[in-house]
Amino acid sequence: MKINVISFPGSNCDHDAFHIGKIRGHQVDFVWHKDNNLINPDLIIIPGGFSYGDYLRCGAIAKFSPIIAEVIKFAKQGGLVMGICNGFQILTEIGLLPGALMMNESLKFICQHQFITSVNRDSVYTKGLTPGKALDIPIAHKEGNYFISNDGLKSLQDKDLIAFRYCNELGEITKESNPNGAIDNIAGILNEDKNVLGMMPHPERAAEDKVISQDGQEIFSSIEKFFT
Amino acid sequence: MIKAKVFVTLKPSVLDPQGKQVMNSLHSIGYDNIEEVRVSKFIEIKLKSDDLERAEDEIHEICEKLLANPNTETYSWNLEHITGE
Repeated sequence: MKINVISFPGSNCDHDAFHIGKIRGHQVDFVWHKDNNLINPDLIIIPGGFSYGDYLRCGAIAKFSPIIAEVIKFAKQGGLVMGICNGFQILTEIGLLPGALMMNESLKFICQHQFITSVNRDSVYTKGLTPGKALDIPIAHKEGNYFISNDGLKSLQDKDLIAFRYCNELGEITKESNPNGAIDNIAGILNEDKNVLGMMPHPERAAEDKVISQDGQEIFSSIEKFFT
Repeated sequence: MIKAKVFVTLKPSVLDPQGKQVMNSLHSIGYDNIEEVRVSKFIEIKLKSDDLERAEDEIHEICEKLLANPNTETYSWNLEHITGE
């Protein structure tokens, strides 16, 4: 699989994403936000971080980077685009995903291990996962409180576009297991064609033996199965 | 020159945790009369031209393109002529 990782000024998880792609045996290339061309990707990862210092709104200024036009074109043609944390925020700002990421209900930056569960088996990203099984994937954000209008939420639910929801260690989706106040415990969503995923948790931080959780590997394996 | 004062405000349907926290603080220091607090953004923009009509159009456009997120925010502005500094 060929992966392009987009780097913005302020991205700080681009190397993590690059590293995980490499150790899983993929060809990975960084693409600078000012570039006008992608490097023939099968998958684009928009990584976590603080693009443009989170000025104005998280992800708001990144939308004017030249590479974004190419990312949108690639996504509209059905290409796989995965936005993690700040990448998710950017995907909502550029209109590839609906809704917005608001400040956490607690107003605090939250950095912790978090259980999430897949609730959809109908996408490249979630096909290999077991709905109801708790995955330990770290979160690290201050603006991760997913918001969408009531109509928008109904549309996500009806079209089966919610990829991940926050849960407890038993996989139960409860109010107590919601770390940031996200509507309907939403941790990740898909676009209507299910080729674009945005998620607040960081699977690339839980995908090798050196770290506490390896549950992120399941998400990357799911994507890899699509290409084999 | 023209100065634009742009207000970017969360839609009434969107929860404002910051506003709620500020309200709690005000209650805790004794301001029981406070019913609700909403925190918004105020952005000042100076425009080179003196053309009010053009300024209206430009400010509207940049609110749509960048300053506000239509999913969660609304915006308003007012314009005034100023002398250059």
